[in-house]
Amino acid sequence: MSLELAANQGTAPIADQVDDSPLAIRGMTVSYGQKPVVFSVDMTVTQGAMTAIVGPNGAGKSTLLKAALGIVKPLSGQSMIYGQSLKSQRHRIAYVPQRASVDWDFPTRVIDVVLMGLYRELGLLRRIRPRHHDKAMACLDRVGMTDFAERQIGQLSGGQQQRVFLARALAQEADLYLLDEPFAGVDAATEKAIISVLKGLRDEGKTVVAVHHDLSTVNEYFDRVFMINTRKIAEGSVAEAFTAANLEKTYGGRLVTGQIDQLDLAAG
Amino acid sequence: MLWEALFLQLGYNATLVTLGACFLGVAAGVTGTFLFLRKRALVSDAISHATLPGVALAFIVMVTFGGDGRHLIGLLLGSAASAGIGLLCVSWLTRYTRLAEDAAIGAVLSVFFGFGIVLLTIIQSMSAGRQAGLEGFLLGSTAGMLWSDAIVILIGGLATLALVLAFRRPMSLVAFDPEFAAANGMNVARIDLLIMGLAMAVTVVGLKIVGLILIVAMLIIPPVTARFWTDRTDHVSLISGIVGGVSGYVGAGLSASAPNVPTGPIIVLVSFALFCVALFFAPNRGVLAAVLRHFRFQHRVHMRQGLLALAQGQPIYEKLTLRLLQRAGLARPDGVATEAGRARAAKALRDEKRWEVVRADQAFEGAAALYDGLREIETVLTQDQITEIDHRIGGPAGVPT
Repeated sequence: MSLELAANQGTAPIADQVDDSPLAIRGMTVSYGQKPVVFSVDMTVTQGAMTAIVGPNGAGKSTLLKAALGIVKPLSGQSMIYGQSLKSQRHRIAYVPQRASVDWDFPTRVIDVVLMGLYRELGLLRRIRPRHHDKAMACLDRVGMTDFAERQIGQLSGGQQQRVFLARALAQEADLYLLDEPFAGVDAATEKAIISVLKGLRDEGKTVVAVHHDLSTVNEYFDRVFMINTRKIAEGSVAEAFTAANLEKTYGGRLVTGQIDQLDLAAG
Repeated sequence: MLWEALFLQLGYNATLVTLGACFLGVAAGVTGTFLFLRKRALVSDAISHATLPGVALAFIVMVTFGGDGRHLIGLLLGSAASAGIGLLCVSWLTRYTRLAEDAAIGAVLSVFFGFGIVLLTIIQSMSAGRQAGLEGFLLGSTAGMLWSDAIVILIGGLATLALVLAFRRPMSLVAFDPEFAAANGMNVARIDLLIMGLAMAVTVVGLKIVGLILIVAMLIIPPVTARFWTDRTDHVSLISGIVGGVSGYVGAGLSASAPNVPTGPIIVLVSFALFCVALFFAPNRGVLAAVLRHFRFQHRVHMRQGLLALAQGQPIYEKLTLRLLQRAGLARPDGVATEAGRARAAKALRDEKRWEVVRADQAFEGAAALYDGLREIETVLTQDQITEIDHRIGGPAGVPT
């Protein structure tokens, strides 16, 4: 499982030009058991844009993100953050895991979850001071959840849970935001709230990458798209990469032509 | 006798045991919290059973080299070593084989314990072994507790508490959201090992008082009890420490006040009593609160249905509904609505129509999401909005409220 390819040992510099792309992934291969979920994938995220990672279920979308962040150990490959090693740039990344990945009956309040975003600032022993508290409240305000600060997280609806996770990411004051299915199972009001926050981040010059399920909103929400089905299928601006041909390649027979026709695709 | 025990008037040994047990309870409660929150409570069972071969081997080694086989620090070091090996076995089996954690725990627990029992039998047959009294480590034996034993417990417990306090943030974070923790550069596997290692330290320290079979209860019951009373991580560990400390103190006192009553089992029973109090009487999460909530909800449903039936002139057959309406003065015993009942029924019907409008109109999406058939429409919409909806429905505007 954690065997590394001999050919990829060592820290050979990434060959292509990555300059200072917020996130550059090269030759990433991840497998659970003997079956690769992500195979030799390259990805170069554009600074200041919103990128959707799109692909069918089990295509390795989430795994690619997790491997890029070192949450899952890749078989081979590496990721560079702003042209430097992941380790030295972690403080510039905020990660929003899938909502379903945690136990929402955990004994903690909304405000405590947001304060987790300040972990780097607080360290092991520093006390939580009013200014930390204010910062967390400001983040909750950006996602419209201030009224819920003192609630136990189990009392939230799915959409509210997702907004709390986003507030925690905002508290990290990162430059690169990586979100795993932020719109999965949330109500329409939350979806609107989240997308407006994300667009706000982009307008501040931050970079946003989100695993995305809903093909019908790719056009409306995102600038760029990365299509994956174990291997990389396409990468580029929505206008040039989000085409019927690429969707066909990504989803194979899983999308009927009728579905593709309904999407508001760029001419291509 | 009991009062004397609780006020530490029963002599030197009883006082040492009571204070030691109290302190052990605090350390176990606080440490066990993180094991419980990480959903690894059962790992402590494997750890504690894995101490036995270490105790026995340490005894054999110390006797072989001509020392005192019962030297407590030597025995505890031995138990820590074998518990550590057991712990690594569990985490290795779960990580690198297809065995699930429960199976790994079962395997490690039984094999180590069995091996320990074999070693104990061998010790029985050794010339120096007859008076060893190592069986005392199975269920704890406090009769011959010395000042030095108490000091070992105190120092071990204090060190454990200090580590828990220092690492409470990363441990809570890993327990709640390991992926987020990993994305922040935390070594999740190492934090997990720390959580389990601290539980191991408590286990080793507690061998003398509670014994290896029952120490699990001191790690698990207090946090489970504390969870009933609060929804905050820091409060869970605080209350858990208090529950553990009180159980240790009262349990040791009880056992000292009567002849031949074992200490460990009584401590466990006391903490179980505290657990039962929490289980039934805790607000929100307690059984009683849940039952009350259910009945209150049921009554609201019946009232609503009854009012709608009255409004539409339908007969009411449900006895509970009738009783509730009567008690509220909304219906007569024969099921006919009173003056007040007619007014409330009309309002209920009106609200039903208002909700229909709200749920059909995209503009009210946020409010519609809150519809559950029971909620008063005034708690969701402003008076202006309601007036506007009434305008759309038409009919008499002045519905009595």
